[in-house]
Amino acid sequence: MELLIASAVGLMTAVGVYLILQERTFPIVVGLTLLSYAVNVFLFAMGRLVINQPPIISGADAYTDPLPQALVLTAIVISFGMTALIVVLALRGFLETENDNADIPGEDLASEAEGDK
Amino acid sequence: MTNWIIAPAILPALTAAHLILAWRRDIRMQRIVSVAATLALVGIALFLYHLASDGEPRVYHVGAWPAPYGIVLVLDRLSATMLLLTAALALAVLVYAVAGWDARGRHFHALFQLQLLGLNGAFLTGDIFNLFVFFEVMLIASYGLMLHGGGARRLGAGFQYVAINLVASALFLIAIGLIYGVTGTLNMADLAVKVPKVVAGNEALLRTGALLLFLVFAIKAAFVPLHWWLPATYSAASAPVAALFAIMTKVGAYAIIRVYGTIFGADAGALAGVAVPWILPAALVTLLVGAVGLLASRTLLDLAAFNIVASMGTLLIAIGVFDVDGLTTALYYLVHSTLTGAALFLIVDLVATRRIDKGGALVPGHPISQTPILGALFLLTALAAVGLPPLSGFIGKLMVLEAAYESPQFRLIWLFVLVASLMMTIAFARAGSIVFWKTEGRMTGPKSANAPIPPIAVVALLVCGTALLSVFAGPAVEAFKATAEQALNPADYIDAVLGSPQNVMPSTGH
Repeated sequence: MELLIASAVGLMTAVGVYLILQERTFPIVVGLTLLSYAVNVFLFAMGRLVINQPPIISGADAYTDPLPQALVLTAIVISFGMTALIVVLALRGFLETENDNADIPGEDLASEAEGDK
Repeated sequence: MTNWIIAPAILPALTAAHLILAWRRDIRMQRIVSVAATLALVGIALFLYHLASDGEPRVYHVGAWPAPYGIVLVLDRLSATMLLLTAALALAVLVYAVAGWDARGRHFHALFQLQLLGLNGAFLTGDIFNLFVFFEVMLIASYGLMLHGGGARRLGAGFQYVAINLVASALFLIAIGLIYGVTGTLNMADLAVKVPKVVAGNEALLRTGALLLFLVFAIKAAFVPLHWWLPATYSAASAPVAALFAIMTKVGAYAIIRVYGTIFGADAGALAGVAVPWILPAALVTLLVGAVGLLASRTLLDLAAFNIVASMGTLLIAIGVFDVDGLTTALYYLVHSTLTGAALFLIVDLVATRRIDKGGALVPGHPISQTPILGALFLLTALAAVGLPPLSGFIGKLMVLEAAYESPQFRLIWLFVLVASLMMTIAFARAGSIVFWKTEGRMTGPKSANAPIPPIAVVALLVCGTALLSVFAGPAVEAFKATAEQALNPADYIDAVLGSPQNVMPSTGH
């Protein structure tokens, strides 16, 4: 199981980093999502990998650490919200500039001066 | 008394919710409520600063859960100073925004309050995971504020800003995971106790975690080469937002002082000062890149944005020295550069909105109305930013040079600081003379009688702030010295958090 988890984290991170380095917004968003999956699994594994044990100290000598599970839950909620936001941003950018390049449009000085008006 | 520690987090949270629920369509009431809440925040920050000035760290146990199991908020000199600075800056920026910027998009005031919630929380928390959560609160609000006003350029810059911060968040979580996996705790005081006792086999993991954490703070603090997001973001954001963001880079600097002073401080055994050797070289390059960026600026907003990079460079040099003198200087420079950076964004906005044809572009254009007062304010802000007398920038830079004198690399530091100052002087002089002197044609901008006074008054007050920091440099430096000593000697902090707390209810067994 250790091998499976470790290689899953490594693979997702590698693919995520590769996608983030692309020039269009959609692969970047997918890459960020994969990266957050990798992080979640990694955080989960930091509580040590245990099977079929309760997440409370109930007098039994074996238990699974509940704290990383709470951390992962928080991390999932936050990364979910962030992903939704960045998807909206990417879409708005695509609709306003009609391309999905991740560069900043309007480096032209004149258009910038007008944009602030 | 200790219950007031959570007030800087609760007040903005309630205000934001109230603004959205009750006054979402009424911009006038939004302004009144928002300004009143920020005024109250300044009052609370003053009170907490007074409370912390006796040198005893105070702890608030959220939900009365005892540390290290529950989350703690800790008020010491360092966090109180940051709270006061944030509240004062927020009030100034808010008054500026109320003059018109806030009506250019929706929910400005609610987002502004949420931003304050994130900032205050980050300065108060005594738990690394909680620090992550408050960072995220701060960032989510900043995404909304950054996009305030709309436009394709803002969207493009906003996408990059969000993307880089999501990567930083991922790194933050990995660092937290590593640290928890090795030590089994995330409470800063508890970590400070457990880090020195880490077994040799796990040391490498913990070191990796500590350095990953440093990487995250370096992204926030805009260390070269992780600064590329900053000029694009700040110059694309609206002026009041960019001025408020002047404190955001300082959160990175604060986190570095807190984490590498408390957890990985001098008592941390094998991991003592694990990130400190990296700070100084990066800071020197940051200063140089900021100065070159200033010289290469094509617009006034670029100028203001690269000024932030350069001032972070100087600030981080002082942090890089990492002793009492260094941190005293760093805190002085932190307050100075926050006020100056914000003032510069606001004055640049005042000038750019008056230049109808050229905007912020650094090319000759029409003369603008109110040139005497705006020109004088620009000159004073530039003097403060560059570090020429008589404003606080001069004293700040002098202190940086003095603090660096003890360091083995002092020649290098002096060379960088002095050359960068010269470059900054040239850049500001060039910008000022193009905008104010190299003019032709008729005058543009509102007549003096019609122009609203509060925005100009706010800039003048911020400049006055740096002047006061210069006049009262003696008492200020004394206070910062006590702060630096407290930040570098975490024994009291650890005792306050972990030692037998009287105000905590005993956990009832169930």
